Amino acid sequence: MKELRALVATEAKLLFRDPITWLAAIALPSVVLLIFGSLFPPLPDPELGGQRWLDLFVPSLLVITLGTLGVQTLPIRLATYREKGVLRRLSTTPAHPARLLAAQLVVYSVTSVIAMVLLVVVGHLVYAIPLPGHPLGFLVAFLFGMTSLFAIGLIVAAVAPSNRAATAIAIPMFFAVMFLGGVYFPRVMLPEILVRIGDYTPPGVQGLQDAWLGNVPQLAPLLGMAVVTVVLGAIAVRSFRWE
Amino acid sequence: MNVIEVSDLTKHYGDRAAVDDVSFSVEEGEIFGILGPNGAGKTTTVESIVGLRTPDSGTIRVLGLDPRQDRDRLRAVVGVQLQESELPDRITVREALDLFASFYDDPADPRRLIDELGLAEKRDTAYRHLSGGQKQRLSIALALVGQPRIAILDELSTGLDPQARRDTWDLIESIRGRGVTVVLVTHLMEEAERLADRVAVIRDGRLVALDTPAGIVSMVDPEQRLRFRPSAPIEDRLLTDLPEVRSVQRTGATLVVTGTGNLIGAVTAVLARQDVIANDLRVDQASLDEAYLALTSSRSPRTAKELS
Repeated sequence: MKELRALVATEAKLLFRDPITWLAAIALPSVVLLIFGSLFPPLPDPELGGQRWLDLFVPSLLVITLGTLGVQTLPIRLATYREKGVLRRLSTTPAHPARLLAAQLVVYSVTSVIAMVLLVVVGHLVYAIPLPGHPLGFLVAFLFGMTSLFAIGLIVAAVAPSNRAATAIAIPMFFAVMFLGGVYFPRVMLPEILVRIGDYTPPGVQGLQDAWLGNVPQLAPLLGMAVVTVVLGAIAVRSFRWE
Repeated sequence: MNVIEVSDLTKHYGDRAAVDDVSFSVEEGEIFGILGPNGAGKTTTVESIVGLRTPDSGTIRVLGLDPRQDRDRLRAVVGVQLQESELPDRITVREALDLFASFYDDPADPRRLIDELGLAEKRDTAYRHLSGGQKQRLSIALALVGQPRIAILDELSTGLDPQARRDTWDLIESIRGRGVTVVLVTHLMEEAERLADRVAVIRDGRLVALDTPAGIVSMVDPEQRLRFRPSAPIEDRLLTDLPEVRSVQRTGATLVVTGTGNLIGAVTAVLARQDVIANDLRVDQASLDEAYLALTSSRSPRTAKELS
């Protein structure tokens, strides 16, 4: 436990010294919300059943955080650690390198939750966006979505032979996750088919959206996220090469 | 007492035998050198000793433990400094040591280690801003922070400038002074000669010599070489007729005579009889360097057996 705590503390410090990453993960969703909100004043739209488009857009902004940490930072950092022999070095100490992996997941989970809370608070204070109407459902959808993206990140880290390869896989994957999550174009503007695909693409934005509006998230996409997490996570852990 | 015992260690990568039937033991408190050219199997050998590799056959005991089965217990008592293993760019010296200290039940005081390894001024410096020598010292500190009984150091002076290398050597001697057994992997003869009590020379995965540095020198031909400028012309035949002389070569006015036994005595006696003075006389004797080259060079494939 002592070493896990020390590893978490160290990883947190290292993340903090990498401002581009943590600013992108923590602050960017809120900043984008403020920019879009000021450019396109949110007004109730009859076509959206009286909703404001911004209310429906907010959950997508969480994809920035989860995608940055899960699909980019996590695999690239682990691949770098492996390439530089950090994991190899750890494997000669009583601390198994798996603990380093666990420490990263802890740090990125906490960072994700901080970003989520910040976005909810900023949205609520600045644009009076209602707080998530179904908090428990929202939390579940958030956690399931987050772990599914972490599992994808782990798979990339597991199969990529080098830091460069990890980056080459992670970047397009990140853009796909962002696009289908409705970050580039609000999902209300996307064709129906892409929206449906996006429902099942980690992190499953529809579930976040449903819960935010006060509905219980649909079970099927949530299960999908759980399956992705368990199956990919298990494969990643099995096939992970420490050196 | 032997702290490491390696018997008949063999490890293949594909068809190639990286380590082929190697046996040796390391005594408590000594500095044991594992010497050989790059790719000779040194690293595979030490990686097997620390349990990072599974041998195809043979047995290894480290402090009585099996490196594969008792990995966890072994890691607590063996400190390892590996080749090509770095740290995250932004971790500081102090943080790295504190982190590694947290892995052990009874670690050394990181502050004291930082002082002892001359890293006090760099304690808050990020890893990526350290010089090669400082990185190497930090790496050694990390290998020592668990208060190990055995320290295994792989190619630790590679890439260091001469001053940093000498500082590192002093450091290793001080580690031994604390009663830690040191296994030193190197391809530098000078390093082994300076530090090691005993040296295992490995070539193409095979152990070709195992002795003190002085013992290894005496294994190769005690060939000597004389260079001088004769004060008057002298026929080669007069020298080559001597049983001690193997060859005579001329480069300009300089004669190079190689041979064995009492070469100097025999040659100078002939010169005296001919009233020739040997100007600028120099004598080269086999050094550990040459012994090492003789033992490991593929151009002169002599094995220990043929030499002895």
